[in-house]
Amino acid sequence: MTESNLTDVRQFHPRARAAIDNPQIRQNFRRAMDGLMDKRRMAFEGWDLEALRTLGASVRQDALARLPDLLEQLEEQLTANGVRVHWAVDGDEACRIVTDICKARNARTVIKGKSMVSEEMHLNHHLQQHGIEALESDLGEYIVQLAEETPSHIIMPAIHKNTGEISELMHEKTGTDRSSDVEYLTASARQQLREKFMAADVGVSGVNFAVAETGTLCLVENEGNGRMTTTVPPCHIAVTGIEKVVPTLQDMSALLALLTRSATGQHITTYVNMVSGPRRGNELDGPDEVHVVLVDNGRSGIYQDDELIDTLRCIRCGACMNHCPVYTRVGGHAYGTTYPGPIGKILMPHLIGLDEGRHLPSASSLCGACGEVCPVKIPIPDLLVRLRQESVDGDRLHPAVVNGHGAKRDWKESLAWQTWRLIHANPLAYRLGTSVASRLRTLQPASLGAWTRYRTAPKLAARTLHQRVRERQP
Amino acid sequence: MSSRDQILQRMRQRRGGALSTPEKDFTPLKRPEWTTEEKLARFRAAMEPVHGEIHDCRNRDWVADLAELLQSRQASTLLVGNGPEPLATLSSSAATLPELVVYDEPVASWKEHLFRNLDAGLTTTRGGIAETGSLILWPDASEPRLISLVPPIHVALLKATELYGTLSDAMAEQDWSSGMPTNALLVSGPSKTADIEQTLAYGVHGPRELIVLVIE
Repeated sequence: MTESNLTDVRQFHPRARAAIDNPQIRQNFRRAMDGLMDKRRMAFEGWDLEALRTLGASVRQDALARLPDLLEQLEEQLTANGVRVHWAVDGDEACRIVTDICKARNARTVIKGKSMVSEEMHLNHHLQQHGIEALESDLGEYIVQLAEETPSHIIMPAIHKNTGEISELMHEKTGTDRSSDVEYLTASARQQLREKFMAADVGVSGVNFAVAETGTLCLVENEGNGRMTTTVPPCHIAVTGIEKVVPTLQDMSALLALLTRSATGQHITTYVNMVSGPRRGNELDGPDEVHVVLVDNGRSGIYQDDELIDTLRCIRCGACMNHCPVYTRVGGHAYGTTYPGPIGKILMPHLIGLDEGRHLPSASSLCGACGEVCPVKIPIPDLLVRLRQESVDGDRLHPAVVNGHGAKRDWKESLAWQTWRLIHANPLAYRLGTSVASRLRTLQPASLGAWTRYRTAPKLAARTLHQRVRERQP
Repeated sequence: MSSRDQILQRMRQRRGGALSTPEKDFTPLKRPEWTTEEKLARFRAAMEPVHGEIHDCRNRDWVADLAELLQSRQASTLLVGNGPEPLATLSSSAATLPELVVYDEPVASWKEHLFRNLDAGLTTTRGGIAETGSLILWPDASEPRLISLVPPIHVALLKATELYGTLSDAMAEQDWSSGMPTNALLVSGPSKTADIEQTLAYGVHGPRELIVLVIE
């Protein structure tokens, strides 16, 4: 699959079909998602999960209700700690800020910790255009970068590949001996990346939670690459969405308990790395400079609407995709979006518009699993329905919030539903309509478009329900 | 208008009006009061499954245990902080320890050596968290951040009396909200990854082994 194909969101259907026809992809995802679902279930054993989810939801709702004030408090605390704070309206501005910091330091190489916001911004591409090498250090992201692909899962970026495929890729790109031994492959990546950590001029990371009361950036990880990224290079730049702020450390501890258990079924990750400032006084390591880039990129737009604002509660655990029957079958690349799966379906339309992302809200059976497992109780199925309305009815129901609203509106469909409404609101027209339809039932075409692709067409009865009821009455 | 003001103003002039703040009930996170022994048992039960190694050295000389553990791993160097302790205890011990390397220079002046030649690092802790099997580390000038990250073996000293039930307990008792250090860490096992087909591999970027010595 080519890069252009991967990033064209409108090509969802052909890509989904191709993925379903690929047994290897289906098997890779099925196995991984089954494992993740089991681990999550076990991690919450002995907990009052409902009460915990209610807490998670209220922590996020509280933070969103006070978001502008908390952002100012965060900025004030970070600044007092010696951190430089930057604001970016969109991804391009955020990329420019990061590039300018790198250029001011004459930086040639950037080492990156895992950051979905940087994927959203296409930061690596931007840095490359300015002659700055950006290397991913999370093992999954490193593999995806070697393959010149995008992550297929927000927590496990390379989950679409099996060991054989990864070994072949590492052999081809880095000269690593072919091996089915995961320890060997991991050790060889460690060796290559250690050299890069030592040499890197700048480290770029994401942020899981930004704590306003102390000006603390909390990063959650297992590998230690996040710690390396934020400790070894002389300059650390953290990029984060503006919605990641929480008021207090106590709030953070509640979300942390939910995040790792929901994501990978771990009670806690190996490292919880809390950065509150650059190297101070006579400290011997840690960066001399720490920057935070607060990225809006459509979030303040989502913030306007009472229903859609729930999208911003997300703590990026990935549980919704792990439990999604559609995601598990089509895989992360079918969506062609930075964030795949259920969270992607409700978030991406805001970032790329409903015209471009027209298929996203419909790529769901509305089974409700995503909403049930969400640790912060985002009503994902309700939001999918709302976005479907937005894509057809646009601003007829709500003041327009989403770009490209009404993009799926079609005059034939619209006329059909208007006629349907007219007939059902008028008894005479209804009886006339059903009786004519019954008489002309033999003229019904055998093929009804998408409906009959996998089903037989429903047949109209010879007599209408009204007629049958009348006949049965004594 | 600056981007900052633009973003803040857009949210302050929210179309849906001001949002209400819900009540937050933190009781689901509460755990019963555990004794020190119960906490230690829980700490062990949480950390051992993720390959953390725990040795109870409360009734014996922990330096001797350390020497033995490092010998069995053929470690020839041990990186330690430049503060008075545990350096003094190590220096005065009769046990056969690896060569002690004291971290007393800024990282830039000896990065290569630090990354390539050191086998183990020893740090103190600010206690542990029983529920999740986590060590609390607040690196500082006398005990820099990279001791617990770069060498393949990390040995940590944990005082049994400094075990807390939960992260919330530790944060409240140590009053974290009044000010955080430049870097604070929770460490819950050796570095690991499952990014290749969900197969666990240890020591991907940080230490391959984490050894906790529980002391008085």
